[in-house]
This record gives sequence, structure tokens and C-alpha cells, in this order.
Amino acid sequence: MTAVLEISGLRKTYRGRKGVRNALDGFDMVVEAGQVHGFLGPNGSGKTTTLRTLLGLIKPNDGRMAILGREVPRHLPAVAREVGAIVESPQFFGNFTAETTLSLLADAGGVNRNRVHSVLDLVGLRDRSKERVKTYSLGMKQRLAVASALLKEPKLLILDEPANGLDPGGIREMRTLMRTLSESGMTVLLSSHILGEIQLICDSVTIISAGRRVTSGSVSSVLAQHTSGGVRVRLEPGVDLVGAAQLLRAAGAQVNLEKDHFTVGNASNPAQITKLLAERQIYVSELSPVAADLEEVFLELTGTAPVAGHSRQVDETVMSAGKGGWGQ
Amino acid sequence: MSLARAESRRLVKRRLTKVIVIGVLLVLAAVVAGSWFSSEKVGAAQVAAAKAEADRNYQEALRSAAADKEKCLAAQGTPEASQWPADCNQLFTPTIEDYNYEWYMPATFVLREEFPLMVAVFALVLAAAAFLVGASFVGAEWNSGGMMNLLLWRPQRLRVLGTKLAVFLGWVTVLALVLGAAWTGLFRLLAEYRGSTENMTSGVWQSFGLTGLRGLAVILAAGALGFALASLGRHTGMALGALVAFGALDIGAYIMASLAGLSFPDLWFVPYWLIALLTKEFVTTDWTSCDYSSTAGCEPATFTMTWQTASIGLAAVTVLIVGASMLTMRKRDIT
Ligand SMILES: Nc1ncnc2c1ncn2[C@@H]1O[C@H](COP(=O)(O)OP(=O)(O)OP(=O)(O)O)[C@@H](O)[C@H]1O
Ligand SMILES: [Mg+2]
Repeated sequence: MTAVLEISGLRKTYRGRKGVRNALDGFDMVVEAGQVHGFLGPNGSGKTTTLRTLLGLIKPNDGRMAILGREVPRHLPAVAREVGAIVESPQFFGNFTAETTLSLLADAGGVNRNRVHSVLDLVGLRDRSKERVKTYSLGMKQRLAVASALLKEPKLLILDEPANGLDPGGIREMRTLMRTLSESGMTVLLSSHILGEIQLICDSVTIISAGRRVTSGSVSSVLAQHTSGGVRVRLEPGVDLVGAAQLLRAAGAQVNLEKDHFTVGNASNPAQITKLLAERQIYVSELSPVAADLEEVFLELTGTAPVAGHSRQVDETVMSAGKGGWGQ
Repeated sequence: MSLARAESRRLVKRRLTKVIVIGVLLVLAAVVAGSWFSSEKVGAAQVAAAKAEADRNYQEALRSAAADKEKCLAAQGTPEASQWPADCNQLFTPTIEDYNYEWYMPATFVLREEFPLMVAVFALVLAAAAFLVGASFVGAEWNSGGMMNLLLWRPQRLRVLGTKLAVFLGWVTVLALVLGAAWTGLFRLLAEYRGSTENMTSGVWQSFGLTGLRGLAVILAAGALGFALASLGRHTGMALGALVAFGALDIGAYIMASLAGLSFPDLWFVPYWLIALLTKEFVTTDWTSCDYSSTAGCEPATFTMTWQTASIGLAAVTVLIVGASMLTMRKRDIT
């Protein structure tokens, strides 16, 4: 497989009144052709900054980037024709209709204006395409943005939080749309916070935190790497959960108490659990391995899992822990 | 080329463009109509009427002077005498020279004399419109995020901004030429039917042409400045704000120059330079000075502001600001 998108050592520093901020701190990413690639990270971790840099909207301080095998930003004008992108809820001039907006973009980019109607149809705006954009709802604007990215029939489609504001039906449509597009050979880079969605549609993911890559690879390999090996234990109703948990803890298990069950983190041998409990006449009604999901992995890797009694601030992540932030 | 076509369509489709063009047409039409109704052709009949009017006024004045004199004489020796001069013969008596019939002639539009002023009016109206449309054309684009979208399609910043500016100035030129031709034609007709076309040599037409070109330069510079200021500030309002701030500073400088007792404070007032540019020159006088000569006595010193100096200044400012807008366009982060 060939890489459609390669980024290495990307660095971007914003200079503000309060000193400098390293939005990107040596970030690397590779997206293979034909894949739907998820781009995940907590708020303020640098996703949008990466995409803006890639698309030539901001200048990096350091690093190498290539799209479709060509160095950018140097060759950006040449590859721009192949890249459709939306960056963080794009805004449009409100007094023009959707149709005008897209046909002006088509003209500017040298794309056949006839495509305007088919993309508007595709995103479900056909019947409202002659209304002014400022009268649109959030989701309708988002749909228009997606339409504008599809207008070029790009080889690489970059979508920064495309589901932002979409209704459930719209999210599902987006999911099928992305599947269809990637089956037709398009590569999709998708940044989103809806991890269930990502797990459903993406072939591979990159997770960023505090401007650095924390993991990447196919969804299954990322999940496998970080599978907890834990099991969920449910007891007969009425049995003292806390007591049972203490029993297991005493035996060295990592127990997480939930409302009506508990999980055991380091259960390399689940039979041990039944044995220990049965010895005290506590009988297990359910014992199932915990399937790691992307959300768990994400929270673990980025260190952004909520902690009771503490309101986490945006820059408190795994990467920033050493800098006197929240002690991990 | 496709980019130019897109920008051209965008400019024409904008509502503000349409509103301002209609506004310009209305203002220009009002000026023409006003001139039409306030101007009248003069012939023997008008001269006779004016002479009669002058004579009537003269007689009237004589009568009232005589009446005053009578009252003055009657008041002699009474307490009211204090309201009248001691010698009643000192009361003002009008003379026939005070009633020149030419002052009673109706206003008439003399093409040769008055058209240059009309060209200046035309240029100022169009310059204001060009400034506004230019500022909002790029300002709304920055402000709405449209510029970012456009750059995703054409990641060539200077090319995008340059094409926008060129397309805009192209349309301004077309509009100015078409309206300018109509303007000239209308005033020609006006002079023909309601005024005078005396002494219209080809040299005069040539001079009108040059005045028109200077007007066009002012219009284009105003458009480019509005565009560049709005692009620098990424907002239409920035251009308007900059204009207001500049106006305030300039008035301040003018006042300071006057207070400081500089010989020619008018030099500090930019609108005078604009007048110089549009009407070839503007002469400012230092009333406190005295160039003595035995023949004319004390003559105050004058300074002639020429259109050449004014246009060099305008060109320099325009190049500087447009250059700055291009430079920041190349450098800035677009977020
Ligand atoms: N124009 C800017 N000036 C200064 N700092 C900025 C600017 N834009 C972004 N940043 C900072 O850079 C960091 C990364 O921001 P970025 O927008 O890339 O985050 P993100 O991953 O897209 O977050 P989100 O999930 O909230 O969209 C943040 O700390 C942000 O405050
Ligand atoms: Mg973002």
C-alpha cells in the first residue's frame, strides 16, 4: 500500500500574549491509500492545527508533509485539485444560496458546474439549495460543507468533525457515504470525537495528544495492544458486591466497582475468580471478558478519563503530566 | 482565468454591489436633474427681462431712500432724531451702478467653465462607491470564512487576492467609463438646450479628457485602498474605521498646523490635495505675509498645490497600502 498522506516531525508554535504554545510538537502521521483513517485526540490536542497546516492555511515551524507523494506546501497548488477538505465547521458568505456558493467554488477551482446539483442532492440539500446559507440550520451548513468537499471528486477527503451538528439520520448517512466513497477508491481522513462512529467506519486511526502521536495503526491492532484482559463479574442479586470485591482485592486483583457489577482488571486466569468467590459461598451469575472499546483505549492513552471530584482542564493530558499539570 | 470568472460573478452577484451602483446612479441623476432645472438659456428676452428687473429694483431702492430722507427730516428736533444721522444728506442713496443687470440674469450652464467641476463631482461620487464596494467585496469574504474556503480550492494566496483586486478594479474602470461617457453626453445636451456651449474648441475637450483621466485615477485609487485596508484588517469595518481615523487625524493635523502658525496650513489638509488633483491645482494663500512691490503694494504669498504632486502622493500611499495587504496575505496564518 502507498501512503496518501505522510507527516513527520511537524511542529507549530503559536506566539501569543501569554508566551508561546506548542500546538504541534513533533507530530507524525501516515494514511494509507483507500482507507478511512480516524484522527482522534482530546480538545486542543492539535487536530485542526494539523489539518490547517497540511492545507497550507498556516505555516509550520518545522517538519515534513507530503500529500499523494508530493511535498507540501511546495506542491500544494498542484495537489489541491485532488484534495477535498472541510476544516472545523466552515462558514460561508451568508447572503448567497448554497447553489451559488458551490458554483462559485467550482468556477474558482476549474470544476464542472454541473456537479453542483449532484453533490447537493447527495447531502440532502437539493430542495433547499436556492435558499440563502444564513437561513440554514447548523446541520444544513455542515451538509453544505461536506458537499463543497465532495465537489472536486477528490482522491483524498479531509473531514474535520463532519458529524458536528448532524442529526442521527445524518450521521448514519455520513457513515454509509464514507464507506461508499472509500470503496470507490477515495482515501478519507476523518477527525471526530464520536468514537463509536470511528470504530464502526475506520480502518485505521491515529491518536494525538498535546501535539504528539500517542498511537496509530489499524483499529483492531490498536484495540488489541491495549486490551485490558479484564473480565466483568456479575453476582446473584442481593449479594454483597463490596464484600466480594474486598475479598478479591485481598487476593491481589484490580477491582473496579460499578453499580450492579464489578470488573477485574488483571484477570489472567478468570477461573481464579470463581474459585475464590465460591469458597465463600458467593456464586457468579456472569463472567465475561471485557471487550476493549476505542473509548477506553482513547481515555487511557490520552489520560483524559474523568476522575471523580476533579474537573479536568483542557490541557491536562498524559503528555502534559510532566509539566506540572494533573499528576497521573 | 477560471478564478477571474468566479470573482467576476461573485462581485456582480453581491447585493451591496447592486445597491451601491443604484445609489450612484440616483445621485448622479439628481445632480443632472438639478443642473437642468436650475439652468436657463439666455437670449435677448432674458437680457431684457433682467434689465427690467434691475431697473425696477433700482427705482424701488430710490423710492425707499427718498422716504427715509423724508422721515429723517421730519424727525429733526424730536426725540426720534437720535435714530437718524445728524445730516440727512448723509443717508445712502443708491446709484444705477449698484444694479448691474447681469446679476439679474438666470443661472446658465456654461460647458467650458463648469464641466470640470462636474467631472470632480462625478469622480468623488464614484470614488466613495468604489471604496465601499472594494472594502466589502474582500472584507465580507474574510469575515464570513469564504476566503478560507477559496484558499482550500486555490492555495495560491497572492494569486487569489491579486485576481480579486484586478477583477474588481476592472469592473470599476468599465463602470466609470460607461457612466463617464453618459455624464459627458448629458451635460453636453444640457449645455446645448439649457446653457451655453460657447468656445468649445478641441483643446477644451482634450483638457476635459485629461481631467477625466485624473478622476479615473482617483476612483481606482479609492477602490484599491478600500480593498487593501479591508483585507489587512480582515473586515469591511476596518477600512471604514481606518478612513474615519485618518480623517480625524488629518483634521487634527490641519488644526495644529494652523495653531502653530505655519505659513500654509492648507498643505496639511488632504482634501485640498484631492481638489488639486481633480481640478489641476489648488492655490493657498498666506494672508499674513507681504511680498512688497512698488506697483501692487503688499501682495500675500501664495503656494500652488499641483496635480502632479498630489498624484505622486496618492500613488505612493496606494502602492504602500496595497503592498502591505499583499505582504500580510502571503505571511499570515489563516485560522
Ligand atoms: N490561532 C491560534 N492562536 C493561538 N493558539 C491557537 C490558535 N489556534 C489553535 N491554538 C492552540 O493550539 C492548540 C491546538 O488547537 P487545535 O484547534 O488544533 O485543537 P483540536 O485538536 O482541533 O481541538 P478540538 O477537538 O477542540 O477541535 C490549542 O491549545 C489551541 O489553543
Ligand atoms: Mg478542532
